Amino acid sequence: MLTLAHFLTLGAVLFCLSVAGIFLNRKNVIILLMCIELMLLAVNMNFVAFSRFLGNLDGQVFVFFILTVAAAEAAIGLAILVVLFRNRSTINVTELDELKG
Amino acid sequence: MPIVEIIFYAFALVLTASAVMVITVRNPVSAALFLVLAFFSAAAIWMLLEAEFLAIVLVLVYVGAVMVLFLFVVMMLDINLAPLKEGFINYLPAGVLIAVLMAAELLTVLWARGRFDAISFPVPAPSPHGYSNTREVGEWLYTQFLLPFEVAGIILLVAIIAAVALTLRKRPEVKTQDPSRQSQVRRAERIRLVKVPSEPRQDG
Repeated sequence: MLTLAHFLTLGAVLFCLSVAGIFLNRKNVIILLMCIELMLLAVNMNFVAFSRFLGNLDGQVFVFFILTVAAAEAAIGLAILVVLFRNRSTINVTELDELKG
Repeated sequence: MPIVEIIFYAFALVLTASAVMVITVRNPVSAALFLVLAFFSAAAIWMLLEAEFLAIVLVLVYVGAVMVLFLFVVMMLDINLAPLKEGFINYLPAGVLIAVLMAAELLTVLWARGRFDAISFPVPAPSPHGYSNTREVGEWLYTQFLLPFEVAGIILLVAIIAAVALTLRKRPEVKTQDPSRQSQVRRAERIRLVKVPSEPRQDG
């Protein structure tokens, strides 16, 4: 029988994987953005699971808003990335140290 | 084992495996494609949770729009991949250690003393025939959450304008038309009257 714990476990595993991804790919901005998207997906999984098991639609509406904000964030993030690449011709995080004193 | 559990475990396995591939593959294009697979499996699992509207929205918005945007940017930028993978091995132990620790903590909280088992959170009965998840979510969005819904629209508008304004650039070598200047042009700017003295006739 599928209980709430099964879905929460899936969300937790997904979240930990994306945290590991941020550690492993800390030089590549594109993969970092993808890991953030995966994190949001893991959180959304918890919201949807709780919404189903509590019989309350608030969680699903919240996921809808998270998806909206995440889409906006991805669009602006990628736009910043394109401008960054145009100016510096690299997306390596370690080379983006202009502001370092 | 009932069919629902088989579906859940199959899609959960695909989701976890594709998440692992997203964070380990060398090529960002493959990572984006594996992320598409992850979103698709998550949509299937949300379908199991009877969140049909959100499952379809996830496929349409994420697989259809956001991931295409990612692929577009990844393919447009000419990235030198070699320096980006440096230090992968160095960070591997720390990353794996922290991920395993976090997972252990979360799973301890989740499974300890049956806090989220079938007794504290009984499995809800399937929705009755004719129940529409989309209609219910829509009713909530347009009544209870009307103001946040409008604010979400404004956020999207701001995102569109910001993305266009960030990436728009003026290139001096490209000739462009400026309709405003074209319509405001005056006669004096275009026509120059020249007084040409007439020359005496030369008879041959």
